[in-house]
Amino acid sequence: MSVSTATTAKTVAHAGDGYHDDPPLVAGNLSFHEVTEMVAVHTEKKTPLAWYGAFSLANIGLMILLLSVAYLFWNGVGVWGLNNPVGWGYAIVNFVFWVGIGHAGTLISAILYLFRQQWRTAINRSAEAMTLFAVICALLFPTIHVGRVWAIYWTLPIPNQMEMWPQFKSPLLWDVFAVSVYFTVSLVFWYVGLIPDLATLRDRTPATKKLRQKVLAFFSLGWSGANRHWRNYEKAYLLLAALATPLVLSVHSVVSFDFAVSIIPGWHTTIFPPYFVAGAIFSGFGMVMTLMVIARKVYNMENIITINHLEKMNIIILLTGTMVGFAYITEFFIAWYSGVPYEQYAFINRATGPYAWAYWIMMSCNLLFPQFFWIKKLRRNVAFMFVVSIFVNIGMWFERFVIVVTSLHRDYLPSSWDYYVPTVVDVATFIGSFGLFFTLFLIFLRFVPMVAIAEVKMVMPQADPHFYEHGGDGHGAAHEVKAGKHTGKA
Amino acid sequence: MLKELIRQVKASMGIYEPRRDRVYGLLAEFSDPGALLHAAERVRAAGYTHFDAHSPFPIHGMDRAMGLGNSKVGYIALGGGLTGLALATWLQWWTGGVDYPLNISGKPFFAVEPSVPIMFELTILFAALSAVGGMLALNGLPRPYNPLFYAENFARVTDDAFFLHIAASDRHFDLERTKQLLRELGALYVRVIEDHGHAGEEPGPARAVAEHAEA
Repeated sequence: MSVSTATTAKTVAHAGDGYHDDPPLVAGNLSFHEVTEMVAVHTEKKTPLAWYGAFSLANIGLMILLLSVAYLFWNGVGVWGLNNPVGWGYAIVNFVFWVGIGHAGTLISAILYLFRQQWRTAINRSAEAMTLFAVICALLFPTIHVGRVWAIYWTLPIPNQMEMWPQFKSPLLWDVFAVSVYFTVSLVFWYVGLIPDLATLRDRTPATKKLRQKVLAFFSLGWSGANRHWRNYEKAYLLLAALATPLVLSVHSVVSFDFAVSIIPGWHTTIFPPYFVAGAIFSGFGMVMTLMVIARKVYNMENIITINHLEKMNIIILLTGTMVGFAYITEFFIAWYSGVPYEQYAFINRATGPYAWAYWIMMSCNLLFPQFFWIKKLRRNVAFMFVVSIFVNIGMWFERFVIVVTSLHRDYLPSSWDYYVPTVVDVATFIGSFGLFFTLFLIFLRFVPMVAIAEVKMVMPQADPHFYEHGGDGHGAAHEVKAGKHTGKA
Repeated sequence: MLKELIRQVKASMGIYEPRRDRVYGLLAEFSDPGALLHAAERVRAAGYTHFDAHSPFPIHGMDRAMGLGNSKVGYIALGGGLTGLALATWLQWWTGGVDYPLNISGKPFFAVEPSVPIMFELTILFAALSAVGGMLALNGLPRPYNPLFYAENFARVTDDAFFLHIAASDRHFDLERTKQLLRELGALYVRVIEDHGHAGEEPGPARAVAEHAEA
């Protein structure tokens, strides 16, 4: 019975997990039932007033987005601040920014899964949701920037009466495939992870709530926790992680091809794929951190998303931030070392030209601020990490701005040089995309378990069948037991 | 012959046929994952094949305890991935090289190098979708009706309860003897599950006959 499980778990802190020196992944000696309660209750209780407040704010943002997009469609891309050398402006900056944000979710759910990093279970669900919504925001920008948006389906290989096919040699078409495949696989990955948790919610729904029960029963597909099912399920989940890992690395590499395959000074570099991927993970973790710090506080999840989880994320921010900074310096070095005057000029112009302000915002936010995380006290300080995560988000947006705008605004021909200034519509669309993102994220928090319940239970010490041996005290169990010698206390 | 094959395939998905007297199987609750693992080992040793362990999370070592081999999802995903690769190659060769050739700065109409991104993406897409589709197919999901859902307490299987279910379709199944076995294994209680082929009238769980036995 659960009662005995609960008491056993409560008396023995975290023995039997084989890693006695590590702090427990789930703090507060929770039982299985308490974990379920803690997560599921947020989808079941009456909607708190604060949620409505936040949702209204996000909706205002969404309205701004819809209005500015409608205005754009009515008038054409002339309402943006694009000019002749700078043919790519906010739309592409925002696209690359949002795709990058998405990467942390897949990294947490796929790569950390393959590396058996069990701490990921506390944050993977919400990080994956963040991925999905960020990719939706990202997909918006290339869609609206094509000018004739009603012809966007031409990018897809659909047989049509014009007898026309998309041009597969174009990196922009690779993007269409890369980002939409990324979205589809992330969605499937997220949903597969959700099935057991939706079943949990289904089984907790009282018989009086017919509609809720029906919807949950539909989406949980009749999950009954059978081991025959878990076996295939875990295999499929592992495969999805294994497939998503090269995918997440490829998506931003393909996005970087948009630049690297061209011959513009400042874009045409081989460092772009790894540098973009590192930057994507960096910015994604910045956003996860911003969201988690708020969510764990508001939803009282401090026991599941512990300070140790946050610290590990900060270490990743430190690592990837340093990698990004290293890439900035390498770019400079290679520009000088190449001996190409155009390349050299492009980089000197970045640091000292008319957009030097953007360059130095990027440098300080991305390279400098994460370095504070070398200090253990600071990377365990929630307020401090929140501030740094905001700086990371700002810095990474400026990184894309610097790459796109500074490379374009002065090309090979000085007579065509110009200074790019965004218009109100540019800025409103960008702000509006945050409205879309937060609207979706708030809907997620309201209706879906924000922590992967089944996966958290799996990493708890009492989930190990050997935990119950030797009269159930769990001491030193895992090491001494051999298969076939089970004694079973019951 | 075909009927027997279908029965076996369904049983591998965890879908068992009820007996003539509508008995679907026996459901026993165990106190913890360790007890469940131990019970599954013993039930298997007793020769049962149509049985399953139900738990809120996958239990480490349960596949071996139940004598289940490797999951076939991997082969399905491999097949899907190869299909995606072939489709992407054909798509780019056909559209760029045959049906709609465009000369762009003298580049070849079809070459492998610029085709790699699309090949890669479609391989991943097809492999991922077939992994999930294969998983659902092998599990017999979605499965809207399951007699177990009408057993009292079974709702806790997705929360914190651990059940062992022995299906009546098993060759060794004998209501009294199987019940006795489950009791000996330390079940908290054993219930007879009946299958009436439909969700049944209100209240749902009343059909399950409870048979209490001390551990």
